[in-house]
Amino acid sequence: MPTTHPKALHKEFLSKMLLARKFEEQVQTLFAQGLVHGTTHLGIGEEATAVGTILAAEPQDYLLATHRGHNHALAKGVDINAMMAEILAKSDGVCKGKGGSMHIADLDKGILGANGILGSSAPIACGAGMTIRRRGEDRIVLCFFGDGAANLGAVHEAMNLAALWNLPVLFVLVNNTYGMSLHISKASSDPDLTKRAYPFGIPAETVDGNDVIAVYDTVKHARDYVVEHGPMLIVENTYRISGHSKSDGNLYRTKAEIAEWREKCPILRHKKYLLDKEIFTAEAIDEMDKETTAIIEAAVAYGKASPEPSLDTILTDIYA
Amino acid sequence: MREITYAQAVKEAMSEEMRCDPDVFFMGEDIGVYGGAFGISNGMLAEFGPERVRDTPISENGFVGAAVGAAVTGSRPIVELMFSDFMTVCFDHILNQAPKMRYMFGGKAKVPMVLRTAAGGGTGAAAQHSQSLETIYAHIPGLKVVVPSTPYDAKGLLKTAIRDDNPVIFLEQKLLYRTKGDVPEEEYTIPFGIADIKRPGADCTIITYGRMVQLSLQAAELLAQEGIDAEVIDIRTLLPLDTATLIQSVKKTKHCVIVHEAVKFAGFGGELAATIHESEAFYYLDAPVKRLGAVSAPIPFNPVLEKNCFPTVEEIVQAVRETQS
Repeated sequence: MPTTHPKALHKEFLSKMLLARKFEEQVQTLFAQGLVHGTTHLGIGEEATAVGTILAAEPQDYLLATHRGHNHALAKGVDINAMMAEILAKSDGVCKGKGGSMHIADLDKGILGANGILGSSAPIACGAGMTIRRRGEDRIVLCFFGDGAANLGAVHEAMNLAALWNLPVLFVLVNNTYGMSLHISKASSDPDLTKRAYPFGIPAETVDGNDVIAVYDTVKHARDYVVEHGPMLIVENTYRISGHSKSDGNLYRTKAEIAEWREKCPILRHKKYLLDKEIFTAEAIDEMDKETTAIIEAAVAYGKASPEPSLDTILTDIYA
Repeated sequence: MREITYAQAVKEAMSEEMRCDPDVFFMGEDIGVYGGAFGISNGMLAEFGPERVRDTPISENGFVGAAVGAAVTGSRPIVELMFSDFMTVCFDHILNQAPKMRYMFGGKAKVPMVLRTAAGGGTGAAAQHSQSLETIYAHIPGLKVVVPSTPYDAKGLLKTAIRDDNPVIFLEQKLLYRTKGDVPEEEYTIPFGIADIKRPGADCTIITYGRMVQLSLQAAELLAQEGIDAEVIDIRTLLPLDTATLIQSVKKTKHCVIVHEAVKFAGFGGELAATIHESEAFYYLDAPVKRLGAVSAPIPFNPVLEKNCFPTVEEIVQAVRETQS
């Protein structure tokens, strides 16, 4: 079946997923070299959820990311140099080195922040939706959260408010199978998380979160629904190949399971699709790969060269 | 000058700001037809409609979080939290979200929201509806904390709060809602971080705020009959705190008594006492600083027990007397 998506979009799917993957692999390397302090939560394996969802939305849409939010920020177009500088805690970071991995935000791009407190993005998303409704703006709110956060009261309160007040919020539940170490079967009484929307009269759909095209198509329709009718939930099923954070010894899962999901990698899958459908040649894909590597290398150089924040910034930007 | 109640002053401040700024809206539990648990917003629904005077479900974590999201996208929400004790179920947004966004996001965000809530005891509402928890808010950089003691201050400070580009916790005093005071018809605002000398005096500085301002003024009148001239300072805002006025006053009077309704142990009075001790005013003190606050107990239901939890006029008089001996 011939693809209905333009070639340029396929290129964007792949280049954004590659950018996210290579960025996070680079962060891992920098971590191992002791150049990144604190902690980071990587979303290796989950790139199609961020890229498919965000490319299906409009540039003016607001976004609330999870604590595992590098993919979301990069897909939404945060400057990669400023992203890397932030991970390296430098003054040219997108948050001037004061937010770090867990708090990447860029209001100019509509990113209202990654959030270190799980589930809290959901009520905040409702408030952004209230501003949109009040001003009659042409935008929606993408509210990312995970299977772990799905059990929080905040998420349920937010779904109720969004439905009650008919707010333009698309709840994007990235089910990456584990909340830190806890498998979804041990965390949720019913692992079918679409049902979380039904008590509020919110429609929900499930999609294979490792299929960037399916994610894109699903969210495209969902966005139309949100604009016209109000909130909706999309459950995007995927798998976190990387550990939860730097301290993860993977004691809760087998190597075989991780290897199985490496085979299902969304990037490999999309590359294969592009080759099978003869949309891009192997050489063209290789070229994209190299371009991305060069972008990452430049970002690392930029981040390393960026100065440390001056000490007086400890007390700046607390109050407006 | 005309007299209005503290409750009317709060309503006037909100209504005036909503009339002149379309980005300001108001939400909370039962604030619409019901007029709010304390009747503050009577009539506001009729004037502004249900979009700008929005009844919320009993979902504090939901709607306080929504206020944060509305504020960071350019709205200027005023939220009424029915009792300040309920902040415990939405504390994430008060502590982790609203006051930290601007800093965490490198200065790009603004969170102009006001959380108005009814605080304090004396109403027979027992342990979960009577607390004075302002110290907890004052401990969080990024917030501003206001505790008005008169109708005049309530109106002027609330207008400033609504115009402020930061999250402001506005702690109204339940027992003061029906008290009356002079409030001009003309527009005015009161800046944050300016303490108000409610009664000038030469012999002892009483530093206080909220409901205890009234009691301290009554104590000062009784003390005057004994020839002790007390100065009563209402700090009005805990964060930012006007330390200069306090230090200057204690240097003048050489004595200091601190009074608040919140639990004395680890209460804001400790911060006020330390402000004096760490300043040059320390060298002027002729007696140790005294603190009065509630006993370390949950607020009891029984009215006699409850009354005995909080500082009384007699205790304030006695404390000031002791500094003079």
